Amino acid sequence: MAVISYREALRAAMREELKRDDKVVIMGEEVAQFNGAYKVTEGLLKEFGPKRIVDTPISEAGFIGLGIGASMLGIRPVMELMFWSFSYVAFDQIVNNAGNIRYMSGGLINCPIVIRGPANGGTNVGATHSHTPEAILASHPGIKVVCPATPYDAKGLMKAAIRDNDPVYVMENTILYNDKGEVPDEDYIVPLGVADVKRVGTDLTIVAHGRAVITSLKAAEILEKEHGVSVEVVDLRSIRPLDEETILASVRKTHRALLVEENKPFCGVDAQVAYLIQSKAFDELDAPIHRVSSIDAPQIYCKRMEDLQMPNVERVVAEALKVLA
Amino acid sequence: MAKPAVLTHPESLKRPAGPSEYAKDPVNASMSKADKIALYTKMARIRHFEQRCIRIYQQGKIGGFLHLYVGQEAVAAGTISLLGKHDHIITGYRDHGHGLMVGMGMNECMAELTGRVTGCSQGKGGSMHYFAPDKNYWGGHGIVGGQAPLGTGLAYAVKYMGLKGSCLAYMGDGAVNQGAVHEAYNLASLWDLPVIFVVENNGYSMGTSQERSTAHPGCLAKRAEGYNMAWDVINGHDVYEVRAKTAIALKRAHEESKPTVLEIFTYRYFGHSMADPDKTYRDKEEIKEYREKKDPVLAFEQELLSEKVLTPELSLKINEAAMAEADKAAIFADESPDPTVADITKHIYWEEDNRGPKTTSRGTIIFE
Repeated sequence: MAVISYREALRAAMREELKRDDKVVIMGEEVAQFNGAYKVTEGLLKEFGPKRIVDTPISEAGFIGLGIGASMLGIRPVMELMFWSFSYVAFDQIVNNAGNIRYMSGGLINCPIVIRGPANGGTNVGATHSHTPEAILASHPGIKVVCPATPYDAKGLMKAAIRDNDPVYVMENTILYNDKGEVPDEDYIVPLGVADVKRVGTDLTIVAHGRAVITSLKAAEILEKEHGVSVEVVDLRSIRPLDEETILASVRKTHRALLVEENKPFCGVDAQVAYLIQSKAFDELDAPIHRVSSIDAPQIYCKRMEDLQMPNVERVVAEALKVLA
Repeated sequence: MAKPAVLTHPESLKRPAGPSEYAKDPVNASMSKADKIALYTKMARIRHFEQRCIRIYQQGKIGGFLHLYVGQEAVAAGTISLLGKHDHIITGYRDHGHGLMVGMGMNECMAELTGRVTGCSQGKGGSMHYFAPDKNYWGGHGIVGGQAPLGTGLAYAVKYMGLKGSCLAYMGDGAVNQGAVHEAYNLASLWDLPVIFVVENNGYSMGTSQERSTAHPGCLAKRAEGYNMAWDVINGHDVYEVRAKTAIALKRAHEESKPTVLEIFTYRYFGHSMADPDKTYRDKEEIKEYREKKDPVLAFEQELLSEKVLTPELSLKINEAAMAEADKAAIFADESPDPTVADITKHIYWEEDNRGPKTTSRGTIIFE
């Protein structure tokens, strides 16, 4: 086991898949010569050369569409979006073309593309660069979405995504890029659609994804130390497919659920999770489901306020105590 | 009511069709008699297929949109007749002609229109979404211009794999104002991709004439200069000219891996779609003039009659056979079964349709 950063884990996944399959191509703005806007692809150009690691112009609709077209013929492009916020100028390609081509062709055409990049707030850059479109995209059948929270999951999910024969959108988090964790030396994947119980507990289930998992784990520590509450933290890892069984099993054990996500609340991922729990485990619940999400406004620039807008440890602890009351 | 706009096709295209000055072009002169008859037959088949579609649409058997290719046959016929093993095509929603040209059957095409499981996309795509990847045909795309980056990507893949091939990415004249098209132009030229952007200029983006929709210096293809790309304009009523000039672009793609923009002047006889009553934006006289003087199928028939490749008897036979084939396809489309409710959730994900130890997905992916 090596201890590496989330960023290094993503890079290791891409490097290993580039070596394993010569159809894998890395493409995006500043991924090659610049070594990646966030250095995720650092060193790959030197190792694999310009045919495999391709700098694109600032032209998301063009190059994402190009990647989708290439994937239809069997290339396996791994496209970097500098921010998932920039996906909005390529929405037609990402949703209409990648998401529908298999269906509309009656299964004749596949689109094995990966689109990856950071999708998070909390970086003091204002509303246009802080979008978290996992719920928007996962609401389209034909698309898969994963949101790794740890280096282990980042590597395993990225490798699974590259080997997957459907479009998989990997939403990373710039705040997690330097987080370190243990990652096996040997080849492994984290299958899509398998949640992970990041902390075992008996009194309350917190369901979270992405950086909200890290926030929830910190809150769970405080809840245990200061309030004597045993909290189980379920990390979804994958939004679509969704591991319903792991969520339900945890709720059946703890009988209480708090859902935490960095999305805005309206039609967030947790709206779906709350529906799932009430429809399949209603009788197991000893209290109403509560949610913590970002305050429902475009992302504020002011850093002090942004930290309050997003789920933080204090808000999660306070809301957990309400569920437990 | 505003006076209908005047079509801005070059004056030279408005003269009556006559013998093609491109008949002796090597790419046409080298065609055998059988090749020429086959090409004419394909054009006639597109014409009769589309005309048969009108009838079943009017019978209420086709839902949704139906964009007809009648009048534009020489574009698909001329360009696609030149393609080889590693040449691919992709187009917008006016996609029936291209499908028939690559060799799709009338049955599967007609059954797709009526939403049958026997349709080329098993009733999941409809008129705008024909696909035949086994014949290098990648659709059939509903969003104006959205296919241009995909076509550029197909060309990228061909080049990546080291194959001598190309992709012909078709669009209408309305698509040239979409951002995705310009992004595709830039990438194609920047990366020397073997893509040929074929602008099928029928003069109207839906009901908006070219001069009301597009700032341009005389022709749309010239926009290629802004991207350092080669371009050409073609009389799309003359299938020989389409072939001759497309062959040059294909050679550029194959030999130099360079893109081209071809603007092919053509004309559609029916509305933008069958939902378009076609009464507000163009003169009936204009349609009449094109039908009577510029018709690409009749022009090619005349050409082949004068070359003595075709006889009136053979032409009649070809047309009757095409009509009979379309009639049979209409019956097939009418009598085929619908997809089932269970079929609604198939073909969404490869991994779901093929779930097993080797697939990378678990969990719930189709929700209740």
